This record gives sequence, structure tokens and C-alpha cells, in this order.
Amino acid sequence: MPFREAIRLAFQVIWAQKMKSSFSVIGVFIGVTFLIAVVSIVEGMNAYMTDRFATTLLGVNTFQLRRYPGVQMGDVSRETRREWRRRPRISFEDARAVVEGLSLPVVTAWESSSRADLSHDGKIAKDIEVVGATEDYFQIKNWDLEAGRPFSPQEAQAGQPVMVIGHELAERLFETRDPIGREVRIRGIPYRVIGVVETQGNLFGISLDKFAVAPALSPIKRIVNPARVVDALLVRAGSLEELDVAIAETEAIMRSRRHLRPSDGNNFSIETADAVLDFWGKINRVLMMALPGLVSISLVVGGIVIMNIMLMAVAERTREIGIRKSLGARRRDIMRQFLVESATLATVGAAIGIATGIGLAGIVQATTFLPARVAPWSVVVAIVLGGGVGVTAGLYPASRAARLDPVDAIRQE
Amino acid sequence: MAEQPLISLRGLTREYRMDAETVYALRGIELAIGTNEYVAIMGPSGSGKSTLMNVIGCLDTPTRGEYWLNGTEVSRMSDDELARVRNREIGFVFQTFNLLPRATALHNVELPLIYAGTSARERRRAASRALERVGLADRMHHRPNELSGGQRQRVAIARALVNDPSILLADEPTGNLDSVTSQEIMAVFGELHTQGQTVLMVTHEADIAAHAHRVVTLLDGVVHSDSVREAA
Repeated sequence: MPFREAIRLAFQVIWAQKMKSSFSVIGVFIGVTFLIAVVSIVEGMNAYMTDRFATTLLGVNTFQLRRYPGVQMGDVSRETRREWRRRPRISFEDARAVVEGLSLPVVTAWESSSRADLSHDGKIAKDIEVVGATEDYFQIKNWDLEAGRPFSPQEAQAGQPVMVIGHELAERLFETRDPIGREVRIRGIPYRVIGVVETQGNLFGISLDKFAVAPALSPIKRIVNPARVVDALLVRAGSLEELDVAIAETEAIMRSRRHLRPSDGNNFSIETADAVLDFWGKINRVLMMALPGLVSISLVVGGIVIMNIMLMAVAERTREIGIRKSLGARRRDIMRQFLVESATLATVGAAIGIATGIGLAGIVQATTFLPARVAPWSVVVAIVLGGGVGVTAGLYPASRAARLDPVDAIRQE
Repeated sequence: MAEQPLISLRGLTREYRMDAETVYALRGIELAIGTNEYVAIMGPSGSGKSTLMNVIGCLDTPTRGEYWLNGTEVSRMSDDELARVRNREIGFVFQTFNLLPRATALHNVELPLIYAGTSARERRRAASRALERVGLADRMHHRPNELSGGQRQRVAIARALVNDPSILLADEPTGNLDSVTSQEIMAVFGELHTQGQTVLMVTHEADIAAHAHRVVTLLDGVVHSDSVREAA
């Protein structure tokens, strides 16, 4: 029997028994749906992590010198936390000594932050991230301003009460009016808005546009940190190689300043985007390792169901097989007919699973902050797996059908 | 009959093993049937006529003996070779019609051509022609359950003829039909025979066998009588 004829026949049989067909492919359907949806979400997350998360939070070719890690990943034990709290803070002097001690040209900035309420003309924006920074902070963060200007080195040095605010904060406080030159109060201290950073979107559903940045030495220093300490020193190197050198130098400078013995661990932490990405990579690998297991369980179950359905079909259609044989069907014709039927059944299940998986990924994308990106390879894998399960599950039933004795088969009622 | 017979059976034996016992369905059949003969095989149940039918139809193989069809020995053929012979040389008509219930009359008739590897267009053409031959040109797209018993058997005959077989094998072709319809079907066979078709028919009804020109009677697995009669 020609292949095309077999496929046509398979669709005819599947369509004639819609209910039975849909039950029989449920396992393959679930497996494939799961495969597509999970891979889409993981791939989306992946792209998100590399493109946005790590660089947004930590910057490209940038490291942060901190008392303890700002981005905490995985389980951190209570002991570790206690040790972190015992560490000395990063002082102005530490930060200055590192900046002066680095041998390569780098861009550096201080960063200290806290949360506070801001007000303008009776309007209050609650719980806004207030950052005390130095003038190159904007450059390290890769922020462009949509209005106004960043603060100058002179303003930073002198601790002028000027601030640059995020897009959403500007909208909230000033609505349609131009924010530049207007006064904002932080705990009663008046500040003048000199710039607005263009919108940064959001990260995992949290807006990145609700912040205010002011010179670290301006009056907010009393809000953001104890006297003469910073949360972090940000250092941006020219390249990945230079970043490694700068990190090594920073470590040496800090260890010497803190009088650490060779056997002591660092009582400060140096954080890079790589560390975050490494961690994500680990999660990613675990997911990708668990995925084949989960998918193959449902495919194996799906395969067994299909095999049983096909055995039933062979039993029910014994007479049809006998008739076909009497008319000249060879073993391989019957074999092919049932293999194609079982493969078509599974592939149809897989196709519906692919559509559902893509749909699910789309729903997740639309209703949550989780990104989803359908991976073409997962669609190919799904089709190949679906067809493969169908062929494998069909082998035994089809060979039973092919080996039927025509005389016995045709007598079957 | 000077020329080589179409079918030649020599010492044909078919045994079935049932547990320890061996049952002989055929015990040394000697039979020759020529081209364009119209033969009825008769005999009581258990005489071996169904087994003989299956062996001649290449659905079953003899335990011993030789079966020559058209000058080739088919008794030693493999499964797939037998399938090929069934496809090219044999046209079956069964008592219970054995049509595929989900397929239209046309598709049922096309089946042998599908296994012969005929192109879709040629299949359709040949199947329509075969249905026209049995007077069902207007029923091609009906399914078996939309057809009467007589019409179903005509579809089966069209299917048997579509590959232009050497022999038309009919197993109790009127067994499920009323007498009027039976006469109609027998008229179709008669017509086909007149056109040159070799017809071999198994029946236990004497009035049906009377349509044939030669009656072979089996008893206990051997040829009991073989009589050629002048046309009635």
C-alpha cells in the first residue's frame, strides 16, 4: 500500500473514532504540552536573565564591592547570615583606597540606598528607593536621561541637594508638568529635581522606574547609611580581562586594609553578573535535566496506552485484515497500515500538544511577568518524539496484525 | 483438453494438528481445471470443500502435494508471494460479502488495485468500470450498509473482477441471499462465464450447482465424483 494511502486511511480511522482517539493520545499530548511550555518558559527566562536581569542589576563588566552579596541566591544558612552581619561595613576610606589603588582605568561610583517617602506640593510617593551615589553612577548603570542632566562632580563633591528621578516617580509626583527645577522633599529636606532617567521597564514585575538618585554626600546620607559608609563601590572595567585584574587588585587592597591573615576568608564580598548568571545556569541545568525525565514518563505512559489501543484495534479489525490479505495485502502492507495509523495518532496528539504548549506559554507570558519564548528545537523534538512513540508503540500490534493467518482472520466476526 | 490446465492439483493433502491428533481435511485431491470452465464444488459439511477453496485461493497452503496455477507451482511459495498471486490471479466472492463497512462501494472495489500499486487515477477508472459491469454504476459512493444484499454481493463481484483474475472463486455466493436475488447473482456469474471468465464455486445447494457446467463432489477429503454436464 502506498504511504499516502496509508496516511489517508489512518486519518479516516482516527476521525471515525474521535473519542477513542482523543483518549488514546492523552499521554503523548500531556508530555508534549509540558515539554513545549516548560522549554518556552525556561528559554524565555534564560534570555531574560542574560539580557536583562544580570546586567540591569549588576551591569556589564562591572563588579560591586559590598559588605555581603546584594543578590542572594539559593539557600543562605543562618550561620552565614550571622557572619555577614559581623562584617565591618565598607567605609568611605575603603572605597577611596580601592579606587586609588586600581592600576587600570576604570569607572567607579558609590552606591548607598534606602527607602523613603517623597513629597511634592502635597503629593506623596511612598516607599521609594533613594540612592546616594557619585557622579559616574549613571554611566555605570547605562542610564540615559530623558530630561535634564545628571549631577556634576562638583555637585557630588559638595553634596548639593539635587536629584535625578526615575520615569514613573516623575509621573507620579508631577503628572504632566515638567519636573525639572521643581522641589521634592525627602523627610522634610528640600531637593531640586535636575534630571529624569528614561524608562527602564520592569524586572519580574517590579518597576525599575521608581527611584531617586542624589549625591552621596548630600543630606540624604543621614537616611541611607550610618556615617561615612557606603553599601557598595561599583567598578566598571573596560573589558572582561580588565575586570578580572581589577577584582584581584580590589581583593588584595581590601584584605590588606582589613589586616586579614592568609588563612582568613574575605570579610567583604565582590559580586559580578557572572555569579548571578552561574547560579541561574545551575537552576537552568536542573530544570533541563528534570525535563526529559518528566516528559519521558508521560511519553512512556502515552506509548503504552497507544499500544493497547492499537492491540484493541487489531483485535476489532481482524476481519478487515483478513479481507485485505485475501485481496493481496502482503505482511508489510498490513504492518505499514497499522504503524502509520499509530504514528499518525501519536503525531496528531503531539501536534495538539504543541499548539496547547505554545498557547500555555503565551498565556503565562500575557498574564505574568514571566517571559516565554517558544524554542524551535523543542517543536522539532516534540514532533520527532511523538512520531517515534507512535511507531514504537505500534510495532508490536502491527506485527501481530501482519502475522495473522488470512483464513482465520477472515472468519472472525 | 490438450493444453495445460489452469489449475492442476496433484495428491493435494492438508492436515491440521489438533493437540496430539492429526485431522485430515484433504487427503490426496487430484483435480485439473481448464481455462473458461465453470465448476461447482459440492459436498457435505466436513467434506473438505472449504479447505480446498482456501488452498486454491492461496489463503492456505497444502501440507503435501502440488498445486500448479498457470504453470507455476504455488504450493511452495512464501507468504508474500502468495499474497501477490491472490492479488493478481484470484478474485474472491464470499458468502458474507466481506466488504469493508466504512468504505464506499468504489473504495472497496479499488482495494485490490491499491495492493497492486496501481495509480489513484487508474484505480478509480478500473473500479468504476467493474461496478458498471455488475450494474452498480449509480451506487458507487454508497457504503455497504446503504446497499441491499444482492447489491453488496455485486460490489464483491466487481472487486473480485477488478484485477482481471485468472479465476473467480466463489464460496457459497448465494448463501446469504433470498432466492430471487440468488438467481440474479447466478445470472451475473453465467454472464461472466460467457465472457470467458473461469469460475469456481463452492456450494451445497444443488440448484445453485446446476448453473455450473461441471460438478465436482468431495467426500471425506477426496474427489468422490466429477461430472461434466451439457448445458441445461
